[in-house]
Amino acid sequence: METGSAPAAGRSGAEETARAPVDEPVWTGLPPDLLRMRRMLLVVWLGLLALAAGLVPGILVGPAWAAFTLLPLAPAAWGWVLLGRNWRSWRYAERADDLLISRGVLWHEETVVPYGRMQLVEVTSGPVERRFGLASVQLHTAAAATDAAIPGLHPAEAERLRDRLSELGEARSAGL
Amino acid sequence: MTTREPDDEVRGAEPVTERRLHPVTPLRRAWAPFAVIVGWAVHDPDQAQRQLTRLTTTTLLIAVAVIVPAAALYGFLSWWFTHFAVTGTDLRIRTGLLFRRTAHIRLERIQAIDVTRPLLARVAGVAKLRLDVVGTGKKDELAFLGEREARALRAELLARAAGFAPETAHDVGEAPARELLRVPPRVLAVALVLTGATWGSLLAALVVPSVLWLATGSVWTVLATALPLLGAAGASSVGRFVGEYDWSVSASPDGLRIDHGLLDRAHETVPPGRVQSVRIIEPLLWRWWGARRRGRAQRGGSWVRVELDVAGSDNSVLVPVAPREAAEEIVARGLPGVTVPRAASLSPAPRRAGRCVPLWWRGYGIAVTGGVFAARHGLLGRVLALVPHAKVQSVRLTQGPWQRWWGLADLRVDSGAGGTVTARLRDAGEAAELLRGQAERSRTGRRDARPDRWMT
Repeated sequence: METGSAPAAGRSGAEETARAPVDEPVWTGLPPDLLRMRRMLLVVWLGLLALAAGLVPGILVGPAWAAFTLLPLAPAAWGWVLLGRNWRSWRYAERADDLLISRGVLWHEETVVPYGRMQLVEVTSGPVERRFGLASVQLHTAAAATDAAIPGLHPAEAERLRDRLSELGEARSAGL
Repeated sequence: MTTREPDDEVRGAEPVTERRLHPVTPLRRAWAPFAVIVGWAVHDPDQAQRQLTRLTTTTLLIAVAVIVPAAALYGFLSWWFTHFAVTGTDLRIRTGLLFRRTAHIRLERIQAIDVTRPLLARVAGVAKLRLDVVGTGKKDELAFLGEREARALRAELLARAAGFAPETAHDVGEAPARELLRVPPRVLAVALVLTGATWGSLLAALVVPSVLWLATGSVWTVLATALPLLGAAGASSVGRFVGEYDWSVSASPDGLRIDHGLLDRAHETVPPGRVQSVRIIEPLLWRWWGARRRGRAQRGGSWVRVELDVAGSDNSVLVPVAPREAAEEIVARGLPGVTVPRAASLSPAPRRAGRCVPLWWRGYGIAVTGGVFAARHGLLGRVLALVPHAKVQSVRLTQGPWQRWWGLADLRVDSGAGGTVTARLRDAGEAAELLRGQAERSRTGRRDARPDRWMT
């Protein structure tokens, strides 16, 4: 799995596919900013929870009960690791005729969406995502079950992907 | 698409002639006020009677004198302001009294055309015409047209959608149809008797109110539960019989024609290349009945029910009940160049799939032929789902932790019209292979697909 070195490998690999007619997928990972954002959200929320869990019994019952504040730390550590594993599992590849998205550690899912089937490509970005300079790309086909989304790309990359996908989609578009 | 340019040139010359709906249309909602009053009277009889006795003749007369002309005026105006026109490329519907609405429905995007004649409309000699296009709703149907006009309009729309030149489209007329199958009423009745849902809903309608009566002894609770349950039981037995009565499927150059109904007649035309997926369903009791018939050496194999998905269409039944061979022939018509894979040619799930889904894993099987991806599931009742490669919207491979442990994975093939065909519990390596292969097959399948305008 070449997931760790993802973005750099993706760039240089894209040139390779241009030369090689063999349609081997060249995977691109997600930027580390996404992992930073998710970990920060985890720390903020669990930090608040830890504060509440410590303060409320500590004030109401007795100072010794403030030890409850340690309880959310275990899920925090676990979540820290899980987020890392999940982030590493996300990757996508643009092939000549379709887009591949692979994700998930325990529940692994791999999606293939042919460019000609795309009805709509969406780039969205929430307030927290914008703060971290990230944007998500969502693909829609005529099938409602298609859940092809790539979260947390750099806006430039998201826009490049959107333009490329809609361009390819137009070139290869087909009726229903 | 080749006819596009001449079309556009002609459109400038060809005047768009707008037409109105049949003059009987304003009466279509005439029953609504009565329904409101009856509903109110049934819901609250005491109150209704008290209110009615309090009404004097004068107030009644005044109310009638105001309401009837107002309703008539509204009905007339909404009819007067509804126009439709057929141009070279689309059907235009212009409607609305206060809020104007104009819909242009592109003809090459037509997925199916329905002409329905509800019971009262049959008496009046009118019909509803609806174009199934992705995104159209109930408001885009043309209700009502004269019966002959509806048939002529359907023929014209199909001719234009097929790619005939606009000046000839009007005179092409209806394409000749050849009947493939007609379901005899006796077969339909036996099939419904042999359907578990019929008995299940009847049983529920009898058992649940009785238990409630014993438990609570309140008449209202019992009535409130019994009425919907009885309604559901009626809909699943008598309602289905009436709706699927005299079901016939014909083949024509314009695609499959489906005709059915005892009281409300419905007619659907599905042009070539519009079928997104097909399911062949074999309920448990039908399989048992089929085996018994074979045992007595009677003609015809076991029965199947065939459902189809067409984007934007409500109707999902292609054949309510038919012998397997006849049904497969019709499927081959709806999906040209496709043969339904034999049960023996399906590749079953590996034995270790039993660790994930005990017993039922035996029902799983898939087959990939030149034209379709087919997956079967179900142990007692069997469902074989087919998706043409050209209609695949996306392919997904999913694998949970327990499946990973056993080296298994699910493959999901999404078609348009919201259908997903799942090949469950394949060997992980095989599933990955299928994922890659299916993407490739759907690409080449699309290349060979027929054009949207099927006569060009």
